[in-house]
Amino acid sequence: MIIQALAFYLFAAVTVLSGAMVITARNPVHSVLFLVLAFFSAAGLFLLIGAEFVAMILVIVYVGAVAVLFLFVVMMLDIDFAELRTGLLRYAPIGALVGIVLLIELVVALVSWKGASEATANLAVPTPPASTTQNAVAIGELIYTHYAYLFQAAGLVLLVAMIGAIALTLRQRPGVRRQKIANQNAVQPADVAEVRKVASRGGI
Amino acid sequence: MTALPDFAPAIPEIVLAVASLALLLVGAFKGDGSTRLVSWLGTAALAVVLVLVWANTGDKALTFGGMFIADRFASFAKCLILIASGITLVISQDYLKLERMDRPEYAVLVLLATLGMLMLVSANDLMSLYLGLELMSLSLYVVAAFRRDAVKSSEAGLKYFVLGALGSGLYLYGASLVYGFTGTTSFTQIATTVGNGPSIGLIAGLVFVMASLAFKVSAVPFHMWTPDVYEGAPTSVTAFFAVAPKIAALCLMVRVLVGPFGPLVDQWQQVVVFISLASMILGSFAAVVQKNIKRLLAYSSIGHVGFALVGLASGTEEGVRGVLAYLAIYLFMNLGTFACVLAMKAGGRMVEDIKDLSGLSRTNPLMALCLAAFMFSMAGVPPLAGFFGKLYVFMAAVHAGLYALSIIGVLASVVAAYYYLRVVKIMYFDEPAEAFDRGQSGVIRFVMAASAVIIAIVIPLALQPMTHAAQAAAATLFLG
Repeated sequence: MIIQALAFYLFAAVTVLSGAMVITARNPVHSVLFLVLAFFSAAGLFLLIGAEFVAMILVIVYVGAVAVLFLFVVMMLDIDFAELRTGLLRYAPIGALVGIVLLIELVVALVSWKGASEATANLAVPTPPASTTQNAVAIGELIYTHYAYLFQAAGLVLLVAMIGAIALTLRQRPGVRRQKIANQNAVQPADVAEVRKVASRGGI
Repeated sequence: MTALPDFAPAIPEIVLAVASLALLLVGAFKGDGSTRLVSWLGTAALAVVLVLVWANTGDKALTFGGMFIADRFASFAKCLILIASGITLVISQDYLKLERMDRPEYAVLVLLATLGMLMLVSANDLMSLYLGLELMSLSLYVVAAFRRDAVKSSEAGLKYFVLGALGSGLYLYGASLVYGFTGTTSFTQIATTVGNGPSIGLIAGLVFVMASLAFKVSAVPFHMWTPDVYEGAPTSVTAFFAVAPKIAALCLMVRVLVGPFGPLVDQWQQVVVFISLASMILGSFAAVVQKNIKRLLAYSSIGHVGFALVGLASGTEEGVRGVLAYLAIYLFMNLGTFACVLAMKAGGRMVEDIKDLSGLSRTNPLMALCLAAFMFSMAGVPPLAGFFGKLYVFMAAVHAGLYALSIIGVLASVVAAYYYLRVVKIMYFDEPAEAFDRGQSGVIRFVMAASAVIIAIVIPLALQPMTHAAQAAAATLFLG
């Protein structure tokens, strides 16, 4: 029990600290690396509450794919991060104001959230007992059975994002010579080479 | 083994989804030369779906675990949306070619946006609402920026995207509060839970949801993006923006407020009254100084949203009937007007200043007559359809005891009449400017004339059947 508690505080502290470092680090590459650390410790937190499937997905998808993608983008795009921060001080007060208002609202809402007897009684899909259902099974049941409609709709949304990205950025540049493997393979010796008789002391 | 859900109520949506995927393939394999073909096939698909919706109209049917609802209200809204999308697709073809943005993806994106709108008006769950909203908005962001080599178009797309994303964020925040306080995302269950009395958190959630919906219908104070986006987006896209998404979002707003949050009418009524008042007033006054016809129509559409919301503010069945009738009339007025704007082509390029219309009555009398009919109708001059739309919403407001709202609304519409009639004055009494190019496509002329006939003759004569249909649609929301 004590080990579990220790692990929790370790992971939680690392998550929060690395989260703070993500937005304060000067070097954007360091930010992304701290993001990876935050993902890892969040995965640890998931493991502690028995959600091993989500923990693994977090590592595989977020660390393995998303964060690496971020890293590429940060390294390849020439963004002047110092310039991006110039407006920060000017806009910070109004941002903080909006944030505080939202926070107060949340606190008020939380205070008036009395026991939530109605809310728990209403839960559309109650959590199945952890002892009888594996969490991969439970997630699969939710996504592919209960929410099949939403799953398909989300697929369409992603499709639109893809069409949009291609339609807005793909340009056919004229005069670019592309490699066409089929043409290369179809080349006959006669097309590209010819045998000439070279006269002595002459030349071509 | 779970049984498959009942697909019958969602057949129109499924057909539209499959059709847009098929057209995407056609476009991808046949290249940019297939734009016209894809456009016409897309219009045909929308027509088929319209027939399916019509044939599917019936009593309330729930499917996909209660997340999708098909009822008379949804059918009415879907018919309007499909007509709007189909016609804008047809009238934009020549424009796309002229502005060299004729790529097949355009029609596909319009189809997918329409699919999102259909899902939106059929949403019966906070989650299906969100996905419909995103599908619609994401497609709209892309088509707004579709003329990618024009700075204004890219700016419009980007602006719309950033503010739209903020709107979606507000919605998610509100929806999570609603979920936290009711424990459910289903509209049916929210209605029963809310009936036990409101809590502060729930009301906060409701306000956030309303704010995000006001973003989507561009009601004041969430209207800032509208004029810039309408002006910057390609005209054919503006025509699309001004009609179909507005109808979808307004119908959605009606469904959300009257359905799950119906018992909280005292709480949301004041918000709707404020939004409606502010939209009417700003739409009327800010449009007076506009020089660009697309900006003028943007402010005009903000005003129209305000008028339509008057009906919702009354919170009664009569009010909802008024909103639906108003939207049906708005559809034809705006499609006709935008057909005219798409015909404003001088010297081989598009013009969009109001003063370019000078003396139109002498250079192109038919177009001037049609545009005058639309302007009079938008101003609400009696024998034309626009008058009846306003009449229904204000009647409902008066019956609900909202006298101040009605009086200010009528006064605002007087101010609005000034700028509508100014367009008529410029067309009929100013010295002719450069004449517009002849040889507009037959389709645009047909849409222009047909909308004018519908506004001036068909709707005033056929008010009875139209209000009857709107009445039947509104009644389904109040059955409980």
